[in-house]
Amino acid sequence: MNELSLHILDVVQNSIKAKATLVEIIIDENKIQDTYSITLTDNGYGMSEEMLAKVTDPFFTTRTTRDVGLGVSLFKMAAELSDGSFKISSKLNEGTIVEALFKRSHVNRVPLGAIEETIAILILNSIGTDIYYKHTIDGNNYTFDTREVKEILEDIPLTDLNVIMWIKNNIKDGLKTLKEEDQE
Amino acid sequence: MKSLDDLKKIREAAQHKVIMRGGTLDSIKILVGMGTCGINAGARPIMTKFVEELAKRNLITVTVAPIDCTGNCDNTPIVKVVIDKKETTYGNVTEKMIAKIIKEHVEGGKPVQDYVLGNKK
Repeated sequence: MNELSLHILDVVQNSIKAKATLVEIIIDENKIQDTYSITLTDNGYGMSEEMLAKVTDPFFTTRTTRDVGLGVSLFKMAAELSDGSFKISSKLNEGTIVEALFKRSHVNRVPLGAIEETIAILILNSIGTDIYYKHTIDGNNYTFDTREVKEILEDIPLTDLNVIMWIKNNIKDGLKTLKEEDQE
Repeated sequence: MKSLDDLKKIREAAQHKVIMRGGTLDSIKILVGMGTCGINAGARPIMTKFVEELAKRNLITVTVAPIDCTGNCDNTPIVKVVIDKKETTYGNVTEKMIAKIIKEHVEGGKPVQDYVLGNKK
C-alpha cells in the first residue's frame, strides 16, 4: 500500500469487527530520533494467545469469504521494510494494541496520505465506534475525537454526509497547521 | 472558532430537515468493499467520491458504508447499491462511473447494466 493511512484503514476495521466501542489512533513523529510510530488501541473482544500467535500469518483469517488475511501482515512488512518493528498484544475481552514503528527518513517509509479519508470511512461504518486520533510532530499535537463532535451535534448522526465533509476538512486543516507549526 | 461554528450550522440545518426525513432516499444504501483487496485496488477514493457527489447533490440521507471483502477480489473495487432490499453489485468501479451510477441508479432507480459485475466488457 502506498500510504500509511491505508494500512490504518485496513487494521482498524479489524477493531470495529471486534466490536470495539473506542479506537485510538496515535501517531508520533520525532525528527530528532528519526522515528515514526503508529499505535492502534481498541477495546474490542481481543484475541486468545492461540489466535494472537497466528494473526501475522497472511494465510490466517477469521473471514469465510477468502483464505487469506493480509491486512496485519502487510502492515508488519511495511514497518520491517522501513527498518522498524511491529508488535501486537491482546487480551480476550479487553482489547488489542498494534504498534508499528518506522524509521522516519527511510526510503521505504511511505507517506501518511489522506488520513482524513480513512477516518471518514471508519466513521461511516454502521457500528458507530468512537475514534480518538492524536498526531504529534516533535511535541506539537493535533487531536480529533468523535465524542466531542457528537456532543455538539446532539441528535444529528455523525454519518450525516455534511458532517462527514466537515470532519474531513477539520482533520486536513488541523494536520496542515501542525506541519506548519513544526516548520517554524 | 470558525470551524465549530460551521459544525453548529450543519446541526441546525439538519435539525430543520428532520421533519422531512423518512422519504425514499433513506432506504438507499451504497456499500463499498473495503477489505484489503478493495483498499489495494483503490476503494477508498471511490467511497470518498461517492460521499462528495451525494453531498453535492444534497442526497445526504443516502447511507454510504464500507463492507468487508465479498470474495470478488479480482473485480475490486466492488460497490453494492441496495434499494428497498434489491441489491446490485458493480465491479471494477472507477471514479468516472460514479456520476452515472448516482444519476441513473440512485436517483433514477435503474441499475447501470454495463457496470454490473459480470456484465462489463
